[in-house]
Amino acid sequence: MNASAPAEILLAAKGVRCEFPRPSGEPQIVLEDIHFTLATGEIVGLLGRSGCGKSTLLRIVTGLMRPTRGEILYRGKKIAGPTLGIAMVFQTFAIFPWLTVLENVKAGLVAERVPEREAARRAEEAIALIGLDGFENAYPRELSGGMRQRVGFARALVVGPEILVMDEPFSALDVLTGETLRSDLLDLWSEHRLGLHAILLVTHNIEEAVSLCDRILVMSSHPGRISTEIAVPLSHPRDRLSPEFRAIVEDIYARMMAGPAPQRSGKSTVGTVTLTSWLPVISATRIVGLTDTLNLVPFAGEAELSALAARLSLNVAGLFRVAEVARMLGFVEFHDATLRLTAAGRALADAGIRERNGVFAEHLLRAVPLAAFIHRVLEERPNHEAPRSRFLEELEDHLSPSEAEHTLTAVTNWGRYADIFSYDHRTRLFRLSSP
Amino acid sequence: MPFAFSPGAGLVPGRFRPLAEILVAILVLAVCASLVLGSAGTLAPLTTITSRPIRLDPAWLPYYALRTVLRMLAAMAASLLFTFIYGTLAAKSRRAEPVLIPLLDVLQSVPVLGYLSFTVLFFLHLFPGRVLGAELAAVFAIFTSQAWNMTFSFYQALRTVPHDLEEAARAFRFPAWQRFWRLEVPFAMPGLVWNMMMSMSGGWFFVVASEAITVGDRSIALPGIGSYVAVAIARQDLRAVGWAILAMTLVIIVYDQLLFRPLAAWADMFRVEQTAREPARAWFLQLLRRSLLVHGMVFPASLFLRWLLRARLLNPPPSSASRSGRSWLLDIVWYGAVLVALLWAGNVLVHFAAKELHWSDIETTFRLGFYTLLRVLILVVLASIIWVPLGVMIGLRPRLAEHVQPLAQFLAAFPANLLFPLAVFLILRWRLDPNLWLSPLMILGTQWYILFNVIAGATAYPTDLLEAASEFRFRGWQWWRRAVLPGIFPYFVTGAITASGGAWNASIVAETVSWGDRTLSAQGLGAYIARMTVAGDYPRIVLGVAVMSFFVVFFNRVLWRPLYALGERHFRLD
Repeated sequence: MNASAPAEILLAAKGVRCEFPRPSGEPQIVLEDIHFTLATGEIVGLLGRSGCGKSTLLRIVTGLMRPTRGEILYRGKKIAGPTLGIAMVFQTFAIFPWLTVLENVKAGLVAERVPEREAARRAEEAIALIGLDGFENAYPRELSGGMRQRVGFARALVVGPEILVMDEPFSALDVLTGETLRSDLLDLWSEHRLGLHAILLVTHNIEEAVSLCDRILVMSSHPGRISTEIAVPLSHPRDRLSPEFRAIVEDIYARMMAGPAPQRSGKSTVGTVTLTSWLPVISATRIVGLTDTLNLVPFAGEAELSALAARLSLNVAGLFRVAEVARMLGFVEFHDATLRLTAAGRALADAGIRERNGVFAEHLLRAVPLAAFIHRVLEERPNHEAPRSRFLEELEDHLSPSEAEHTLTAVTNWGRYADIFSYDHRTRLFRLSSP
Repeated sequence: MPFAFSPGAGLVPGRFRPLAEILVAILVLAVCASLVLGSAGTLAPLTTITSRPIRLDPAWLPYYALRTVLRMLAAMAASLLFTFIYGTLAAKSRRAEPVLIPLLDVLQSVPVLGYLSFTVLFFLHLFPGRVLGAELAAVFAIFTSQAWNMTFSFYQALRTVPHDLEEAARAFRFPAWQRFWRLEVPFAMPGLVWNMMMSMSGGWFFVVASEAITVGDRSIALPGIGSYVAVAIARQDLRAVGWAILAMTLVIIVYDQLLFRPLAAWADMFRVEQTAREPARAWFLQLLRRSLLVHGMVFPASLFLRWLLRARLLNPPPSSASRSGRSWLLDIVWYGAVLVALLWAGNVLVHFAAKELHWSDIETTFRLGFYTLLRVLILVVLASIIWVPLGVMIGLRPRLAEHVQPLAQFLAAFPANLLFPLAVFLILRWRLDPNLWLSPLMILGTQWYILFNVIAGATAYPTDLLEAASEFRFRGWQWWRRAVLPGIFPYFVTGAITASGGAWNASIVAETVSWGDRTLSAQGLGAYIARMTVAGDYPRIVLGVAVMSFFVVFFNRVLWRPLYALGERHFRLD
């Protein structure tokens, strides 16, 4: 699209690396070796699982954060802070609840010292363009989520940016509202009415990326890297049910699943979980629920991720996180875009309520070294008790404080479900379950 | 505040309604006239106070009430200014924060009336021979009772500005000035207004106590309700005390209706939660918002404020780096300077005190402090035993709570020291033991904080939990212990903290009271400080105030903070 004008590079990321300091000294690498470009007339998507650093990358592009190494060039000039030509739309809308729609839209212009009269005129225009006519004097809390995000769009467009940067702009909206806003935006873009030269979109939703973008940069996690670049040579409007569209979606599913499972400790090798691997907080009941659903009728032990996600009313990314933990524990296997129950998974699903903890415990102790470690420490101690800090400190040598907190919370939940130990929130003590 | 009446901010005048407009006009004129009338007296020479003594004729009471109210307003304005500057500095400066916040914590614990004896002299020297000096001393005393919690609330708000809004402000390159008024102050507003209301209710107590004071050989009685009562006490005029109580009641009601209800309703629009809810109602705010007259008066002001918003004051260029450019050399210089200042201040204090004080003084003050501590503890427990069950009963009946809650808030605001003469009268009449019977006075005014916080907690208690409790036939003690008390615990602790803090403060005026020429004293640190103030014995005032601050800080650390943390951790219902 917009192929009439010769493409010109607007934005270029060169060797961007981003680290966050950690108390243990060794910094956590969030982004590594990021290179990409954004040319005029393009919509480019950054696609990845939650926690892959895509939002961090977006904040570096907008100048809200500085990279540890590397640089972002906007029209050949290094970005050192928020820049006039780049405007942002937020996932959470981030509009000021105490300002009216008009005042919210005008706020960016006031900051640029645009004279009052002109600011008011431009704000009115942007409000009309984005379909908010009649809501000028409304307060955000009087609006629905979709309308609030429209305010976010109007506020970004009114300052006349060349590049619009969007951080999961539709993910906080319900499906229908998101779809309407997406197609409205695409119409305005196709008709060249936004005054924009390019759009950079961050999303974890594969279908959304394929339906909007001309190019998709797929990111892998820990550290975040751009693993694949996929061109989407379909013309707008795109039919989500067409075989071409489905083929691209399936292709991206397969590529994303081929990536490494969620391990991030420096010591770990891909595919195995070590004592200090980061673990996501996924409650045990959800893991058991997944095996239950897979075991039931339409699937009978095997399902495509997208079909299963629809069945469970989850988005694919959400399901993916649960499925990855289930795989780590040995209850499911991935085969391309399908998920298959293992023998252990079937045993778990078939077990009665009382036997379930036993099956779960067996796999937990085998697959998660941290759970086994806590269990062993409790067994060795004469009073079969140990404070939480004992394990937290161990983890913090390798993980950031919040990661360590997460990991221990996850294992605490699994261990309680498996009934291998109990945990008292008040005394912060782990205690061995009666053998 | 710039965002108050900017066009489109809800100020869309309705049709012309003559009655409402006349009412507004009268109110506006009345406010202007009283400002002129009230402030005229403050510039007069000090001798006018002695030449025109306080009269007990009730016809003078409206004027005295006006003076009292103006003092209160001046202190509130000063507190707001202080809050904005101190809170911003503490929240934004990495170097200032570790000094300012502990300092604030200490300032908060010093008994308000303890400051008074020093500041009176200081302000009198500042404006020799003028009433203004004495006025400023009184205003300063009220200020010290109001500012600290407001500043804490503002500082907390600045530290917890929602991350996405903060990013939006940076992404759209808000200059610091715009960011302050468009993001930070609005976000802090609901908490700030709530704290202003709390400060105000505490403030009436101190405004009454600080108007008529005697330090050493200097006696000053500023025209006001407090002085009126002081004179009434000296002349044993119970009828005049009654008039003063009536006047104070009216003043608090008017203040609440014309200032705080509108303010609270207005602050409602700064809530961050995006849920629509029934806005708080305030007839006066409605009247103002719909009035064409107000609209006309406010319009030029709003133009000015909009210009102010665009003005670039205090404007460092926006940058993407957070707190960059730290230099350890500057750090060393800064903390070195702080250390030197601390040592110097400590040295001055020790030299000042060591000349006259003995170890026995320290022993005495600690012993007396212990008596007062015992009183405060017992009183808080007694007040809790009375008000927690009653508060729960009231709070679980929404109809009743609707009527009782404003009453409890009113009682909390009412300066209990106006009622002291009645108590003294009764103690003298029945020859009771002051050590025992003066104690309840300390908590007379602040026990209501326990009541209205418990009512608020019980009102907010989830109905489904109550239903579950009755479904499972929770009875008697089990119902209290397992269902209700944990649910209201955080509210109770908040109320009890305020009540006990207030009781410490009140001890200075409650442990020593007089009626005519008879003075009743209880054994306690409050009475000690009061006695030393009258005697003008500065080293011992310092000692008494310091020991009391120590007790308050100690009490907070050992009892209230852990309880508060416990409530936050385990008993939150949202």
